[in-house]
Amino acid sequence: MTAITSGGGRRLVDTVLRARELSILAALVVLVVVTTAVNSSFLSDQGVKDIFLNASILALLAVGQTMVVITRNIDLSVGSVVGLVAFASGKFVLGHDRNVLLVLILGMAIGAVCGLVNGVLVSFFRVPALVVTLGTLYVIQGADYYWAHGQQINAADVPGSLLELGSGSVLGIPYLPLITVVVMLAVGHYLRSYPSGREFYAIGSNPDAARLAGLAIRRRILTAYTTSGILAGLAGVLWLARFGTVVADAAHGWELRVVAAVVVGGVAIVGGLGSVYGAALGALLLTTIGSVLVVLKVNSFWQDAIAGLLLLLAISVDRLLGLRVTRALRRRNVRHGA
Amino acid sequence: MSESPPILALRGVSKAFGAVRALQDVSLDLHGGEIHALAGENGAGKSTLVKILAGVHRPDEGQVLLDGRPRDFRGPGDAQQAGVAVIYQEPTLFPDLSVAENIFMGRQPRARFGRIDRGALRSATAGLFERLGVSLDPDRPARGLSIADQQIVEIAKAISRDARVLIMDEPTAALSGNEVGRLFSVARTLRDHGCALLFISHRLEEIFELCHRVTTLRDGRLIATEPLDDLTPDDLVQRMVGRELDTLYPKQDTTPGDALLTVARLTREGVFTDVSFEVRAGEIVALAGLVGAGRSEVARAVFGIDRYDAGAVEVRGTRLPVGSPTAAMAAGIALVPEDRRQQGLVMDGTIERNIGLTTLRTLRRGPVISRKAERDRAADWAIRLQLKYSRLSDAVGVLSGGNQQKVVLAKWLSTEPSVLIVDEPTRGIDVGTKAEVHRLLSELAADGLAVLMISSDLPEVLGMADRVLVMHEGRLAAEIPRAEATEETVMAAATGRTRREAA
Amino acid sequence: MAPDASVKTASAAAPVTATPRVGRLVRWDVIVTALLIVVFIGGALGTPDFATGDNLSFALDDLCEIALIALPMTLLVVVGEVDLSVASALGMSSALLGALWDAGWAIETIVPLLIVVGAVTGLVNGLLVTRLGLPSLAVTIGTLTLYRGLAYVVLGTKAVAEFPQNYADLATGTVPGTPIPYPFALFIVLAIITAVVLHATGAGRAMFAIGAQEEAAFFAGIRVKRIKLLLFVVSGVVSAFAGVIYTLRYGSARADNGLGLELAVIAAVLLGGVDFDGGRGTLGGVVAGVLLIGLLRNLLMLRDVATEIQSIVTGLLLIVSVLTPRIVAGVREARRHPRGSMSASSQ
Ligand SMILES: Nc1ncnc2c1ncn2[C@@H]1O[C@H](COP(=O)(O)OP(=O)(O)O)[C@@H](O)[C@H]1O
Ligand SMILES: [Mg+2]
Repeated sequence: MTAITSGGGRRLVDTVLRARELSILAALVVLVVVTTAVNSSFLSDQGVKDIFLNASILALLAVGQTMVVITRNIDLSVGSVVGLVAFASGKFVLGHDRNVLLVLILGMAIGAVCGLVNGVLVSFFRVPALVVTLGTLYVIQGADYYWAHGQQINAADVPGSLLELGSGSVLGIPYLPLITVVVMLAVGHYLRSYPSGREFYAIGSNPDAARLAGLAIRRRILTAYTTSGILAGLAGVLWLARFGTVVADAAHGWELRVVAAVVVGGVAIVGGLGSVYGAALGALLLTTIGSVLVVLKVNSFWQDAIAGLLLLLAISVDRLLGLRVTRALRRRNVRHGA
Repeated sequence: MSESPPILALRGVSKAFGAVRALQDVSLDLHGGEIHALAGENGAGKSTLVKILAGVHRPDEGQVLLDGRPRDFRGPGDAQQAGVAVIYQEPTLFPDLSVAENIFMGRQPRARFGRIDRGALRSATAGLFERLGVSLDPDRPARGLSIADQQIVEIAKAISRDARVLIMDEPTAALSGNEVGRLFSVARTLRDHGCALLFISHRLEEIFELCHRVTTLRDGRLIATEPLDDLTPDDLVQRMVGRELDTLYPKQDTTPGDALLTVARLTREGVFTDVSFEVRAGEIVALAGLVGAGRSEVARAVFGIDRYDAGAVEVRGTRLPVGSPTAAMAAGIALVPEDRRQQGLVMDGTIERNIGLTTLRTLRRGPVISRKAERDRAADWAIRLQLKYSRLSDAVGVLSGGNQQKVVLAKWLSTEPSVLIVDEPTRGIDVGTKAEVHRLLSELAADGLAVLMISSDLPEVLGMADRVLVMHEGRLAAEIPRAEATEETVMAAATGRTRREAA
Repeated sequence: MAPDASVKTASAAAPVTATPRVGRLVRWDVIVTALLIVVFIGGALGTPDFATGDNLSFALDDLCEIALIALPMTLLVVVGEVDLSVASALGMSSALLGALWDAGWAIETIVPLLIVVGAVTGLVNGLLVTRLGLPSLAVTIGTLTLYRGLAYVVLGTKAVAEFPQNYADLATGTVPGTPIPYPFALFIVLAIITAVVLHATGAGRAMFAIGAQEEAAFFAGIRVKRIKLLLFVVSGVVSAFAGVIYTLRYGSARADNGLGLELAVIAAVLLGGVDFDGGRGTLGGVVAGVLLIGLLRNLLMLRDVATEIQSIVTGLLLIVSVLTPRIVAGVREARRHPRGSMSASSQ
């Protein structure tokens, strides 16, 4: 009896988990194949490049958000950080030929400060994450708009080296997706293979047990928010690099898009489950749908509606699968009666 | 053996939760090479003492000594660092992580660059399970493990720490005889290696089998610390209970009437199977068994909290719909649940609102609730059950455990039920209140109520029940009339050593 | 089951402890109300145009959608749920109103239809939350995107204007003899009803119990799912109706009407002292919170403070409103327990 159980539970759960990422991938493939069949220009070099460029920034934010959500928290302030950093770095480079690295560091530093504030409020004062980050969203956005005062950064004033970051490529691979993939792999590897990385999952899975196990809960939550802030800062600089022309409300309203990408990617909103790879795939899927609608000449107004439906579908299917798995695992326990 | 200074000790420790004084001026020494027992009834303060040793709670007064020096554990991490490993009474697992990760969280074996060595992690876990003689898959997630398996994972977690002090808070409550035997041999090995062990159990024979000395707590106070050689089980019970057993279990004789609750072939897949019984008016029927045997789950299904897959529940011959507590209440069932703080009470809510919660309909004057009616009803029940409180508008959270339980009873008795299901009715309450609850149950049965009592407290089962139903691994294993119910017959059925003859 | 005479002798009501009740005096909703009064008096003294009937009715009119939606939102947060899709439901209702009006329907037919549509939007949220057991945060982020998307599907980026004057007057006019706009008068009526439901009926008792300890409420026979479902439906209906008011007030139906309004509503509710974790809060606090945000915005506007600063103020208020109670509780705990136990730090 026991020989059968051994490995059975794992396989089942592993399959379901991997199936989560695989099913997004499958959805992507189907989407791309069908669209290409209808309109072959969809898979043109430029088309693919555009999708990856567009998805990069969202995926970057999704990676940071994943770290936060895994610990059973949420960061709604990311959109406003992107806006603030995009504008701030625009101001910084305006008319100067700044070193790209310096701009990146500045952007990430601003993001880190924002993330740190969120992290301190959530971890040390134990205020509900949704409320805190909603508050900082308002504050950061207000500060950004106040500072910008309707001003606009024009591509003409942005140094070429920075714009090159947004449109250039190495070995035919554009920088933006490259950066995103590197960050994703690094964070993913950390979360999966390092003892401290696993603690993020433990904290989200059962906070009380995490406390009894003596885990450094505050430090991990602080790290999650700071990472999310830093990546939002990075995304802000990349936003400027990609679009050149920036007004204060860059990435306005993106906080919910990011959460949507993360959830579609199989990260449980109640924490403890999911991977950055899934989240990044979720971002890619949401972006691809946008492009597909354009190519298929579907009224682009459907884009949001479809994204919303997809999100609902994703969490519903997840939930139903989860219930099945729990029930299956429970039935396995009946062996004790045998 | 005890000449060496204690590895871990408590000196004059007190701890209160609101009005509940869980520990008062308790001292305890844990020596290397010794297994020390901690005895006491439910609610005596044993788990609180464990949590202080573990750094979960900090004492209000008194000190924790490590190797004779005062230590201020600022959190569980500090205690672990100091070599204290704990098996908590309630399993504390991460459901989304694998069993192996659960065991080694925070101290996984490392490979190069500080990465987790998954191979080593798996084999270390498999090694632990081999030592404990169980076959669990190290890679399966903890979600969905049975209570017994969860407890085994907790045990593996604690012994994997190679700690100097191992504290076990009722580790055997859910285990079968075999598993208990394995645990004991591991514990003895650790003792022989110079570890200090603290062992808590409700089964006296386990204490006598394993331990050298015993410390007894009653209502948060230290009663005695003494060698077990000089004690008989009856002495120990006397110390724990502090009064004559027959005043603690004032069971009145009654003649049962009609069957009020009939449960037929009730099955919830993977939880319990083919459970049939009836409870008659005037009768107290106990449902006994190990933790995790499925007793509470049966009660939940009968009351409509959980759905069931097959079978039927009838009250006075009328079949109840599946999964509707509202319908169960309308039919006259009341359920005093197992977990008072999560299921029984709204802890932030006031006493009067908690009592009124089950009878909102009858408190209405027009569309709105009459505060006067709400308060009057609460006051009536407070008097009837001799509730100790300062204001009816106080949060129930500030009451002592026993008084909280009285509020739960009031809340349910005010629905005027004909079938009363009580799940661990005296868990976590003081001895005085315990006797009051028993008297109340006895009176209610004499008044013609059908009472189904789930209890892990064997003396309570034997003292109160007209009939004892014993569950084992989701099935009814035995039905024992009062005259034949003894500690031996009940435990034999509960651990699966006897099978029910007639099915 | 009459109370047993023999035990009546016990002096049950004898006070056991005499805990000082100062805690009661510093309730957050009281602080917000005090703050509201301070802001009002300060505004009246410092800013000449503030306390005029015209300005006040403008401020109230400007606030009415947030105020209306805040009522069902309060109930939802009290039971431990949240509805982020309200502004999208408002936008969808506005877009539908525009499209149908454009297609020649009569307002009298459209509005009942919109109410039904609103109920359906709430029903979708509620069913996903109660039947599938999904977190309302995730569900309503999904429907937020969905409903806003549908608004665009219905109306695109068009704007429909020129609604009948008599309806526009209803949305902007004031109750004769008062500075109170009709929509705000509706808010007052609904606020009173909501307050009675929440604080004086069995349903309200049940809601607090659900939010404070859902499991205990379920064990007490309260129909948790049914109540939650109903609240989501009410939230949808009110949002849809707020969409009608919004459209008529601005005289323009657009798919992006009310974009981002959900956050303002939640800010108002939390500012009013409703605990985001559920089970605690008063409707009076919420009304004060709504008014405080409205008056503050109005004041800042009158004083020519940039709108951006208003957003900062809202954000800070929001953070302070959740931070203060925790700090106060922490200090109180530390004072009672000099060597406070870790057990207080439950998540
Ligand atoms: N975290 C807590 N909050 C409030 N009361 C508690 C808490 N933990 C324990 N108690 C109370 O303290 C008393 C002792 O409980 P416990 O130590 O669990 O007893 P035991 O383990 O001996 O059964 C009980 O009355 C219980 O209700
Ligand atoms: Mg205990």
